[in-house]
Amino acid sequence: MDFAFLSSTMVTLIRALPTTLVLFSLSILFGGMLALLITAMRVSGIRLLSGFARAYIFVFRGSPLLIQMFLVFYGLGQFGVIRYSFLWPFLREPMVCAVLSLALCTAGYTAEIFRGGIRAVPAKEIEAARSVGMSGFLLVRRIIAPIAFRHALPAYSTEIVLMMKSTALASLVTVWEVTGVAQRLISQTYRTMEVFLCAALIYLVLNFLILQAMNLLEYSLSRHRRPFAPGLRA
Amino acid sequence: MPGETRLSVRNLRKSFGTHEVLKGISMDAQDGDVISVLGASGSGKSTFLRCINLLETPSGGEVWVDGEQIRMLHGRSGSRPASRAQVDHIRSELGMVFQGFNLWSHMTILQNVIEGPVHVLKRPKAECIAEAEELLAKVGIADKRHAYPAHLSGGQQQRAAIARSLAMKPKVMLFDEPTSALDPELVGEVLRVMRALAEEGMTMLVVTHEMSFARNVSNRVVFMRDGIIDSSGAPEDMFGAGASPAFRQFIGHFGNPQ
Repeated sequence: MDFAFLSSTMVTLIRALPTTLVLFSLSILFGGMLALLITAMRVSGIRLLSGFARAYIFVFRGSPLLIQMFLVFYGLGQFGVIRYSFLWPFLREPMVCAVLSLALCTAGYTAEIFRGGIRAVPAKEIEAARSVGMSGFLLVRRIIAPIAFRHALPAYSTEIVLMMKSTALASLVTVWEVTGVAQRLISQTYRTMEVFLCAALIYLVLNFLILQAMNLLEYSLSRHRRPFAPGLRA
Repeated sequence: MPGETRLSVRNLRKSFGTHEVLKGISMDAQDGDVISVLGASGSGKSTFLRCINLLETPSGGEVWVDGEQIRMLHGRSGSRPASRAQVDHIRSELGMVFQGFNLWSHMTILQNVIEGPVHVLKRPKAECIAEAEELLAKVGIADKRHAYPAHLSGGQQQRAAIARSLAMKPKVMLFDEPTSALDPELVGEVLRVMRALAEEGMTMLVVTHEMSFARNVSNRVVFMRDGIIDSSGAPEDMFGAGASPAFRQFIGHFGNPQ
């Protein structure tokens, strides 16, 4: 074991960690917001909107993320409207393309997860809310969303972990995140095993932390399913 | 004020597809009235109650709550309320207690009780909490205020649900078979709370199978059959010599209530 090499590799890879974290957090943030919009359209009951949401979900769940990313990175520039628009300075950045395609893709999956959560909200509890005079956004904000989110959480944490791993694909559109830097190191040193093991370790630690955080969140939101502990207050 | 009409229903109709469940129901409730609505299952009594606060949309007829008519639009594709905001307002003035309690499972009992006053009536939270604790004491579950619905027995959940409705300071309380989902030994604690409410002068419309409540607590009994009001009157008349043959046959199934 060449510990000197392993530790220097680790240091190099950790320098790329902020890029991975930015990719991850921005795509989860924008993907989550987009997912809320798609979910709202999907359950709106308006045929045009729910049809669009269905098509969106089908396309982004049904095609490989890598191809979506290549289409955004290499494909968008072919359209004059985009190439000569004010958006081009942003859209030609690899980082922007990677975040955009990750967010678009996770929005499709997340929208279905959120819809599943909404379907699990008991009709009786919605009826009780209506009977005290709630409707529209108030009903969604106070009753439907909190219950739906609790139901969606286990599936959503899986999606978040998948997204963390999907950031590795950004290396293929020239974003120098952990996997990209690892590949560059390998092409310089030809030591595939050590470098990729170090990279894998970084992803494992990240996902361990994410899953711990999600478990904690799930635990704190499921007090109503645990035995009553007097003295414990919200 | 006693004598004021709190609830007025005129020729209320409701059809599901071609099946007519309510065939023209008319009824008034004055302030302080406690009206028991009896009838076999399928007679339309629950639908009648749910049409009053528009959990079901009536196909025809009028509903007035405290002098305000719920405005409806009757089109070719069916009926719908003219104003969502008015429906929300009317609902906030009508307390509804469900057969299955329908408490919000992710909130504590106290949170359930203050939810409506804080978020629908937009009242100060501290004030609502103080009132909620009084209400919970009144229904006998003050010690459960930080428990969640799943931690309570059915009887306790129903009492919590009654406190949740009362927190809105409703003008009329609607009870939809409030004891039908309860184990027999838990029925009494809920009926005691309802009886106390009746004695305080709350206007109540109670769909029930509890003959003793109908006979001893309510001041009017309404018997529904096949979507119409078969007969109605004071309990002493209804359960006495004045009973219609259909009502006599109906109460025959329950034995002779005291």
